[in-house]
Amino acid sequence: MMTAFRDVARNPLALAGSVTVGLLVLVAVLAPLLAPYDPSAIDASLILTAPSEEHVFGTDELGRDVASRMIYGARISLSVGFVAVGISVIIGCIVGALAGYYGGWVDALAMRFTDIMLCFPTFFLILAVIAFLQPSIWNIMIVIGVTSWMGVARLVRAEFLSLKEREFVLAARSQGIGDGRIILRHILPNAMAPVYVSAILGVAGAVLLESGLSFLGLGVQPPTPSWGNILTAGKDNIEIAWWLSVFPGLAILLTVLAYNLLGEGIRDAFDPRLRVGRGAKS
Amino acid sequence: MLTHLARRLVFMIPLLFGITLISFAVIHLAPGEPVGLDTSLNPKVSAEARERIRQIYHLDEPVPVQYWRWLKRLAVLDFGESFSADRRPVLDKILERIPITLALNVLSLILILAVATPLGVYSAVRQHTLFDRVSTVFVFIGFAIPTFWLALLLMILFGVELGWLPISGIRSLDHNSLSAPAKIWDYSRHLAMPVFVSAFGGLAGLSRYMRSNMLEVVRQDYITTARAKGLTEEAVIYRHALRNALLPVVTILGLSIPALIGGSVIFETIYAIPGMGQLFYQSVLSRDYPLVMGVLVIGAVLTLIGNLVADLCYGLVDPRIRTGR
Repeated sequence: MMTAFRDVARNPLALAGSVTVGLLVLVAVLAPLLAPYDPSAIDASLILTAPSEEHVFGTDELGRDVASRMIYGARISLSVGFVAVGISVIIGCIVGALAGYYGGWVDALAMRFTDIMLCFPTFFLILAVIAFLQPSIWNIMIVIGVTSWMGVARLVRAEFLSLKEREFVLAARSQGIGDGRIILRHILPNAMAPVYVSAILGVAGAVLLESGLSFLGLGVQPPTPSWGNILTAGKDNIEIAWWLSVFPGLAILLTVLAYNLLGEGIRDAFDPRLRVGRGAKS
Repeated sequence: MLTHLARRLVFMIPLLFGITLISFAVIHLAPGEPVGLDTSLNPKVSAEARERIRQIYHLDEPVPVQYWRWLKRLAVLDFGESFSADRRPVLDKILERIPITLALNVLSLILILAVATPLGVYSAVRQHTLFDRVSTVFVFIGFAIPTFWLALLLMILFGVELGWLPISGIRSLDHNSLSAPAKIWDYSRHLAMPVFVSAFGGLAGLSRYMRSNMLEVVRQDYITTARAKGLTEEAVIYRHALRNALLPVVTILGLSIPALIGGSVIFETIYAIPGMGQLFYQSVLSRDYPLVMGVLVIGAVLTLIGNLVADLCYGLVDPRIRTGR
């Protein structure tokens, strides 16, 4: 574990990624302190003003400060990312662990279910569910989580297939330890390395999905600021206010890039172990 | 080959069944019954619409009966009528939109293949050179860039600032009065940005994948043999290595179909292209449930067919698959 940290620290791209991620979390947590203005303060005299010293990223169609709205938007993006990925990791671990550990018809059933979920264009499935529910930040988190666990399930299953044959599992079993305990305490902790990588990359994916949904008006609802719904205003005012389109997009790009770089860096650091996992049939 | 095809088709049956099960589960999120605590708070769903949902899906009957009724109608491709003012059959509304979405996706797949293959091969052959590094940076940005943002930026640049390309629709107002070549030119001007945008993400992914495939293949023994025979580097790379490196790409293309179809919602909405994605978006906004369900099921089946085609192509190019292990 320590050597893995050292490897990440030595990789300049991964280091840049982790520093950026750290800064973003800091911005999200300290939003009320960092934001120069109230993100929902409407000012009719400042409608769509270009970036200036007072308003570094300009103002939007209601005269609100874009920089402040983006700082608060970081909270939305990151919390959606973390919670959605948390949900997908939990579901993926349960499905993958059961499939890999028990094999047989449990495995067949779980993997067919995974295949079926993969048939749906994710965005279609999410939009369909949103159509039937109310778009709200909680629903977005749940829907993204419930539609993106398939990769994790496959990874965990592959790890379980190879780990369950190892001596330490046999030893545990010969001591009369129950299946539940073997799965949770003995195998799962050893199967988590690739899951961490996929979770970090998953945050990036969830941030992209949330911003896309909010952009379409089906995600986080105004007046709550999110990077995606600021971009919607950018589209509506595309011919007169470029700053509404450029800055929130850059924020999304930077965030996703940072998580991807960090994820790839950790993957490289764990690589020898990952190769073992990849050997198993999925 | 025929047994391969048959095996694949049989494999599809449980998947199709599962698709209907999951879609059916989505219906049950519908306001009304059984999960509808917040319906009275949802002004977009009128009492009349709720009543129609209850009738169409027979929500007052036991769940297995509801599912069976719905499945029977699906089997004859009856998706019901749209809730919108025209009340046309859902199937017709979807079928007239599919060609545009398919054409767009095929064009962007061609663009992805045509650009990503040489890019990946070239950066693999020249691993660790400046070109390789630059293309790696490009790949990371390609992964991270939100499609809809790229679309907006291109619209600002080419549509608003430079005025080179139209920013919405697939043809000009005077399209019908144009000559045949001018018509084609008109289409290409309208489709240039959407196709590029929809290809961009896949481009990054595939060129990365191509690169790592190539790196793996080049290290194999038969490549060393080819070099030892004294073949030129070009022959080794393009005649021997490339063929095997291209094989897994077929599968990846098949797997990227859901993302492409799903992505069509975003760029068809932005560029006002009258395809399936835009139809779906509008149906979600207006809570046109039969249409939503229809697009969901058909989208999943299209994906399934896409994967089947990819599988068969793989069988065609790789004899090892065809003959079975």
